[in-house]
Amino acid sequence: MAEQENNLIEKLTQSEYKYGFVTDIEQEYSPIGLNEEIIKFISEKKKEPKFMLDWRLRAYNHWKTMKEPNWQKVKYPPIDYQSIYYYAAPKNSSKPKNLDEIDPEIRDTYNKLGIPLEEQKLLAGIAVDAVMDSISVATTFKDKLAEVGIIFCSISEAIQEHPDLIKKYLGSVVPYTDNYFAALNAAVFSDGSFVYIPKGTRCPMELSTYFRINASQTGQFERTLIIADEGSYVSYLEGCTAPMRDENQLHAAVVELFAHENAEIKYSTVQNWYPGDKEGKGGIYNFVTKRGICDGDNSKISWTQVETGSAITWKYPSCILKGNNSTGEFYSVAMTNNYQQADTGTKMIHLGDNTHSRIVSKGISAGFSDNSYRGLVKINKKANNTRNYTQCDSLLIGDKCGAHTFPYIEVENNTAIVEHEATTSKISDEAIFYLNQRGITTEDAVGMIVNGYAREVIMQLPMEFAVEAQKLLQISLEGSVG
Amino acid sequence: MSLLKIQNLKANINGNKILHGINLEINPGEVHAIMGPNGSGKTTLASVLAGNKQYIVTDGTIEFDSKNLLEMETEIRSREGLFLAFQYPVEIPGVTNINFLRVALNEHRKYKGLEPYEPAEFLKLMREKAKIVEIDPKFFSRAVNEGFSGGEKKRNEIFQMAMLEPKLAILDETDSGLDIDALRIVADGVNALKNKNNSFLVITHYQRLLNYIVPDFVHILYKGKIVKSGTKELAMELEERGYDWIKDELS
Repeated sequence: MAEQENNLIEKLTQSEYKYGFVTDIEQEYSPIGLNEEIIKFISEKKKEPKFMLDWRLRAYNHWKTMKEPNWQKVKYPPIDYQSIYYYAAPKNSSKPKNLDEIDPEIRDTYNKLGIPLEEQKLLAGIAVDAVMDSISVATTFKDKLAEVGIIFCSISEAIQEHPDLIKKYLGSVVPYTDNYFAALNAAVFSDGSFVYIPKGTRCPMELSTYFRINASQTGQFERTLIIADEGSYVSYLEGCTAPMRDENQLHAAVVELFAHENAEIKYSTVQNWYPGDKEGKGGIYNFVTKRGICDGDNSKISWTQVETGSAITWKYPSCILKGNNSTGEFYSVAMTNNYQQADTGTKMIHLGDNTHSRIVSKGISAGFSDNSYRGLVKINKKANNTRNYTQCDSLLIGDKCGAHTFPYIEVENNTAIVEHEATTSKISDEAIFYLNQRGITTEDAVGMIVNGYAREVIMQLPMEFAVEAQKLLQISLEGSVG
Repeated sequence: MSLLKIQNLKANINGNKILHGINLEINPGEVHAIMGPNGSGKTTLASVLAGNKQYIVTDGTIEFDSKNLLEMETEIRSREGLFLAFQYPVEIPGVTNINFLRVALNEHRKYKGLEPYEPAEFLKLMREKAKIVEIDPKFFSRAVNEGFSGGEKKRNEIFQMAMLEPKLAILDETDSGLDIDALRIVADGVNALKNKNNSFLVITHYQRLLNYIVPDFVHILYKGKIVKSGTKELAMELEERGYDWIKDELS
């Protein structure tokens, strides 16, 4: 039995990462390495107002005083920050005025990824911002959204055209002093998406950003800012892929969500950065700071993530529940196979009265991978009648992987109700035999069991993406039978 | 032409010899019952037939529909028309009955070179079959066996059998843990599905089930061998006299 399992694991983990191609386009780079000149170069390239450059430089100077954190479970060799290109952009791609002007190579790239940029071909009702390396190459449905006052554009464009919003909100949820990678991001971020939903507006379509790393030896430092004004609603989704390379590439993004009174933001991620090969060579370091603030009363922020890619995933999408009666949710499936590592979870910071949070985390480890849930639930002493429910499950496939749970609970107010449930399970031989006996192959049986296990989270995704996520889980997991 | 032909079958689990040379032949349209005391090898026989890899076959042959059953993977045996109703059906959290059965049935169809069912067509079929075992269609969207009572699990097994329409259905102690009403529903389901082309191998500890599913032949399994075969009267005799009579007779 054991030998048979190993053979199967071997056979199935050969499945290739199908987004690993490289687009052959001319790239424009900044000089390699990081110093003030590079930051000025980036800011100039993006024709930014002076306040942005000043902010970046303050962030950079702060970053220089910081030490790279080392408390995490994930392990990686030291990163040489001077051997990274901090800016790479497809040449001649000053933002096209309309979608017909997009470089055909870039258009092909997105078509291959299943993200057509022609609006008529897009899945009905989804607007896309496509970011390749350091810049946004296309944003669809902008005009239609503008009709109802919604701003959906690249953050570079927002910096030029909506400086007041940027000044007010950029860094308001994740200040550059927050952590090492947030400081680095603030100094060198090149693009990302910007969303503003005006008062009382329900965004009529799903918004999404598709991030693609193409150039080698580059880092991707995108920055996303979503503001939902009073009584508004938006659902936003990000997807990510990268070519297969032997080197490790750094992706240090920052996402900030700001929800005013009665507003709701739903943020979904399907993360499929290149995970490295089956010996653990190459892959993306996905070190991301994501945080939302429920600033106004009765506001709600919901994070859903399906993490299957990256050599290392290290992030904690969090909610600061400041407004009274506000709600934070975190739904996560983190899958690791081969030599992938993940240290992910969330922070729920309860500041307001009657604030509720719900955490559902489903870890899946296979191969030689290591998967940790790390979460903080903090109830401030002034926050009365708060509630948290945490469910934290781990599924192990095979006997060479690891699953760990690090829950931190800090309660300073005795009216709080905090619940934590955790389970660890394996895919049983009995379950596989049962499905085999009904005519289902072992591979499909594992996929079915894993998708069933992750269902509660997958169901939170918008329909089209739920289907994609299910396929992705099945593909990423192939071979990990135990 | 027999549907199932077992010759001199010997099998182990974890190095323990359980089956010591089983011979059994089942023709299309026949119902065979296997009875025996605990530990006689009844579940082992069912598991070996279904292809549970925990059991190692050390000797003997099994022909199923003129093909070598022992060479087939578990899922191929299923697609060839061998069905096992489990003694302890497994819970598959988060996987709905409808999704599970759709995948299973379409695998069977693909194997036969047929197109997969259209969703509407499939749902119609499910509703029809659900009536046979008195299953409420609200079960369709519940996770496979999760939170089901013992009786519901067994009924769900028979429902799956109805959907997959096997040539040979092995019922492994399907009566265990059932009250009399559930037992009758399960038995009625089996009788409704019985025809001249399919066969049943009913494994049971008690004669009770055989009042409802009437066997053509009864075999007594003891210490890994079939020690006595007869008709349904043999089951009656066992019920009356218990297994000790067999044990005495053999010693």
